[in-house]
Amino acid sequence: MALRKRIWSSAPYLLLVISVVPIMVGYLWLLINSFSTRTEGLLPVGELTLNNWSFLLETPFGRGYPSIWRVTLNTFLIASFMTITVVLVSSLAGYALSRLNFPGRRQFLSLTLILHAFPSVTLLIGIFFVLRTLSLYNTLIGVGLVMVGFEMPFGIWLMKGFFDNVSWDMERAALIDGASRLQVWWQIIIPTLKPGIAALAIFAFVSGWNAWLVPKTFTIGAGKQATLSVYLQNFQGDTVAVDWGTVTAVGLFQLIPVALFFIFTQDLLLSIYAGGAKGGS
Amino acid sequence: MKVKLENLSKRWGKVVGVEGINLDINDGEFVVFLGPSGCGKTTTLLMVAGIYKPSGGIIRFDGRVVNEVGPKDRNIGMVFQSYALYPHMTVMQNISYPLRLMKTPKSEMIERSQRVADMMGIGELMDRRPAFLSGGQQQRVALGRALVKEPELLLFDEPLSNLDARLRLSMRSEIKRLQIDLGITSIYVTHDQVEAMTMADRIAVMKDGQLHAYDTPTEVYDRPRTLFIARFVGNPPMNITEVDVSQTNGAYHASSEGLELVIPADRGEKAAAKGSVMMGIRPEDIMIDSEGIPGEVFGVEPLGRDHLIDVKIGDIHYYLLVDPSLNLKSGDRVKLGFNTKKCQFFDKKTERSLLWN
Repeated sequence: MALRKRIWSSAPYLLLVISVVPIMVGYLWLLINSFSTRTEGLLPVGELTLNNWSFLLETPFGRGYPSIWRVTLNTFLIASFMTITVVLVSSLAGYALSRLNFPGRRQFLSLTLILHAFPSVTLLIGIFFVLRTLSLYNTLIGVGLVMVGFEMPFGIWLMKGFFDNVSWDMERAALIDGASRLQVWWQIIIPTLKPGIAALAIFAFVSGWNAWLVPKTFTIGAGKQATLSVYLQNFQGDTVAVDWGTVTAVGLFQLIPVALFFIFTQDLLLSIYAGGAKGGS
Repeated sequence: MKVKLENLSKRWGKVVGVEGINLDINDGEFVVFLGPSGCGKTTTLLMVAGIYKPSGGIIRFDGRVVNEVGPKDRNIGMVFQSYALYPHMTVMQNISYPLRLMKTPKSEMIERSQRVADMMGIGELMDRRPAFLSGGQQQRVALGRALVKEPELLLFDEPLSNLDARLRLSMRSEIKRLQIDLGITSIYVTHDQVEAMTMADRIAVMKDGQLHAYDTPTEVYDRPRTLFIARFVGNPPMNITEVDVSQTNGAYHASSEGLELVIPADRGEKAAAKGSVMMGIRPEDIMIDSEGIPGEVFGVEPLGRDHLIDVKIGDIHYYLLVDPSLNLKSGDRVKLGFNTKKCQFFDKKTERSLLWN
């Protein structure tokens, strides 16, 4: 009886473990391969080596190409710019769309939804002309702005949804307690939405960090404005054999900050405040 | 603080929330807005709070027009049905929030909040978050937060509806006692007529955005001005039937199928002028009487102290309260006496009382 119970209660875990194995194997291969010259399956052939990580010290593409550190800084700047802008603008816009009644509110909402559904690839050429006219082509700020634009509809809708779930009563209570509209937003509503904001921040940061299409399109090759994904792609040239060892090392390098970021924010992400309200409107 | 509503209205486009409310509230008075959901009572309350702007009319606090004054400058406290506590703040932070916004010095803030919490019996819970409190405790925190800035006007929006029945009873008397002790003018919104009867100095009965009556509980109960009030106030509700009232040989008679009652002259005279009217009589004014009108018991509902029985006379059902020891069952034949001194009469069309207008 006890044994049967134990088998049943562990069944879900077994299922989860089985489904996670292929993914874990992928990461394991990434890790092992980045320290070997060659691998056969998961096993390294020959001795382990640090050679693949030499890109940290000298640029593998020769002079005139930016170092990995410069590229990392670029990526970090774009991802941070995106996180801050998307979170700030979405939480203000989401609040307005959820709470204030202004002319054009419905139209604005449907427009952002359409923009979100719009395949961004089709916009690339148009955006190219816009950026060139504004002299923002091949600049970090240009790339950052375009990516913020692509992310914003999602952010606004997400935040609007969160604000919709905050009870009106709580906001009215704060107004009666003596708060101004901005104080209500900052001291009462935003703190209760912390998990939601953290989620949006992570989405924005990760999509900025991993972005490839937009930086690739609006910067020149592996130039001074390259981001990690663009940099990584340069290893897959047409003329030379791909150096998988270095590719995996750079890939792993790109993965580290995202993993760290997630580890530090997941507590916030998973902690959901039980509201003071039971029922009510 | 005195509150005066003059011809107050609220409309959203073509939708009418509240229409032409006139109301005077004296200093220290406890007024209950009573009505079914959607009658405009909460809308009126939110206009007094300054959350909604009136579409028409004037709100006065102590004679001063406050239509354009924001909620934070009205010096009011409000308690919500959903408690509306701030989930990310502790009890102490919740209660002291109004003081924090007034930039009260920290030591004074803590002292005043603690005093209010002690008064509410939640002084031990200051470090807890709302999520870790029971419904009753949460409501006390909400009450404490409304009281801490010593408001001149307290607003309650169905504050007891989310509590269980027993807690509701004790909180009801507690709020009433607190209000008497502190003497703060209060407006209390509810759809529960028992709450209204027990707590109010005066009851404002509302329906469809209009004020039907504004009077003391006994007046509202004994002299309902409209059919709606007669039906809504009182539990179990008043029996309403259609009767013909006429005068024969100097006496007034109300008759319908199987029913023939002699009506006191003062009431009968007013009803007879209309002829066909709606008659209302409360369950406690009908009793078993061997001299009375025969009927048949149709249903019995034990209420503990009394049994509520449903007696059919002709095709019409009358509800009355009887002693459980009578042991009445469905199908039993009984005779009913009517205390016609308490009969109410209403116009069939306008549904207004023929006695009290």
